[in-house]
Amino acid sequence: MSDRVAVADASPPTAAPRSAFDTLAAAVPMLRVAEREARVWRRFWRSSALTLVLMPLMFLGAMGLGLGGLVDENTGPVEGVDYLAFVAPGILAASAMQGAAGQSLWPVMGGMKWLRTFHGAAATPLRPGDVFGGWVLWIGAREAMNATIFVAVAAALGAVPSPWGVLAVPAASLTGLAFAAPMSAYSAVQDSDLGFPVIMRVAILPLFLFSGTFFPVDQLPDWLQPVAWISPLWHGVELCRGATTGTLGLAAAGHVAYLAAFIAVGCWFGVRNFASRLAP
Amino acid sequence: MPEPAGSASAPLIEAKALTKRFGDHVAVDRVDFTVQRGEVFGFLGPNGAGKTTIMRMIACVSPITDGELSVLGMSPVTDGPAIRSRLGVVPQEDNLDTELTVWDNLVIYGRYFGLPMAQIRERASELLHFARLDDRRTSRVDPLSGGMKRRLIIARSLINRPELVLLDEPTTGLDPQARHLLWERLYRLKREGVTLVLTTHYMDEAEQLCDRLVIMDGGRIVAEGSPRQLIDRYCTREVVELRFALPEQQDAALPPLGALGDRVEPLGDRVLLYTSHGDEALARVTRDGIQPDSVLVRRATLEDVFLTLTGRTLDE
Repeated sequence: MSDRVAVADASPPTAAPRSAFDTLAAAVPMLRVAEREARVWRRFWRSSALTLVLMPLMFLGAMGLGLGGLVDENTGPVEGVDYLAFVAPGILAASAMQGAAGQSLWPVMGGMKWLRTFHGAAATPLRPGDVFGGWVLWIGAREAMNATIFVAVAAALGAVPSPWGVLAVPAASLTGLAFAAPMSAYSAVQDSDLGFPVIMRVAILPLFLFSGTFFPVDQLPDWLQPVAWISPLWHGVELCRGATTGTLGLAAAGHVAYLAAFIAVGCWFGVRNFASRLAP
Repeated sequence: MPEPAGSASAPLIEAKALTKRFGDHVAVDRVDFTVQRGEVFGFLGPNGAGKTTIMRMIACVSPITDGELSVLGMSPVTDGPAIRSRLGVVPQEDNLDTELTVWDNLVIYGRYFGLPMAQIRERASELLHFARLDDRRTSRVDPLSGGMKRRLIIARSLINRPELVLLDEPTTGLDPQARHLLWERLYRLKREGVTLVLTTHYMDEAEQLCDRLVIMDGGRIVAEGSPRQLIDRYCTREVVELRFALPEQQDAALPPLGALGDRVEPLGDRVLLYTSHGDEALARVTRDGIQPDSVLVRRATLEDVFLTLTGRTLDE
């Protein structure tokens, strides 16, 4: 081992063997930011794994089997399926939204203001947009992993009638991203976290309840239905439900486009806002 | 690929009329300076003098408003990532990753630079040793002392083997022992030929470490040179510090003191008498019947240079 710790090292780093990930990350630097999140996650995933399995078990048990038994007895199938199969994709999409929202508020403020880890990353060849992109990308990946567990548990309980149900995983991830991108962009430029609990209560919770998650939006008063259509969660729920019940149609393209638009606008603001804080 | 700095004698950093404005506030006002390869270059000045803003512009994390800046022969405007890949940055505020261990902090930083794992592991071991943190490898960051955290940040800044290391207030908030250990590590980097650029508001730190420095005040450079040159140019060799029991006594002593040295500088709590021979001046003070509460004869420092140039002390 050399005793010299520093001194300009002219030899290119390609001397050592490169993994496939390194080759990819050389082209897409934001993957390195996602890698940091993955390393943190790797240390804690065991403790959250149990929750991730129990959560769908409890929700599907209470809502799907408990409440669902009542619904099926009294009203018959909801949108052509029993209540368990109806509510499972709703809970899946709503969980993706909640998880992504939580990750896009306080942790972003932590990276920006409290721990300043984003600033550390911005002092390397990574650009502010890479820091933002990697962060959001990781949220999408995490929601995809969570959704995989959810769909597997739901399938085991008989809540996924169609093999197209595997597509509910990317659909849930897309739903998460539609919240992660704009909300991370917003959090990056906040001076305090005082508004965050308000967002969770005034925006996320109503969306959770009224986006076709637990009942079809046509049960809402007529005037309220357009509000549900604006909600990205409703589009996410419709996508997930279309996948698990095998009823994906042309409308799915519209839902994907709607969610993609949220992600695109969020990314535009995110790159801008991260740059304004990391490289003022 | 952008061209690296041409010849060995080309300056590593060159700034001409470099300016940074935040709205109406001018943080850095048309400063010129060059940093040569292998030297330790310092920005000395009080808080708010614009030192950190200059460092951030060199580090390509703050776009310049006006003027010219070249770092490693490249432009921060167009070559930010390429410049940053060859820099080490030690920020004023700790931004270590508290969710990771000491070891993983180094590893992740290496990954940010796109280094392969094998190379990172080798360098991280060397750097832990360099930072004297070998036995803290698996520790989290939070329990580390202030000095250890600073050494870890410096180790982290070296993971890409930078040609140029930027240190913003590297020892602020550290106790004297931790400071000396840190200085010793920085000397070692200097011996290895790394170019260091640092900011400080401690005159002793500037004197100890810097080959050359600029003194800043209110966004401008007010003087430039080696510590010795600056003291020779703006100060006498020695200073007699006189403290009086009462302010009235101090005021009364000022006129006679004026005749005893090259210059007299009254401060709130003491009078500084600038002279080439401190002991002789002190003897004349006693002979003339001036009776201070306490006296101290010392060599002139950069603090005196700053006082001479700005009329204020560094910690004001």
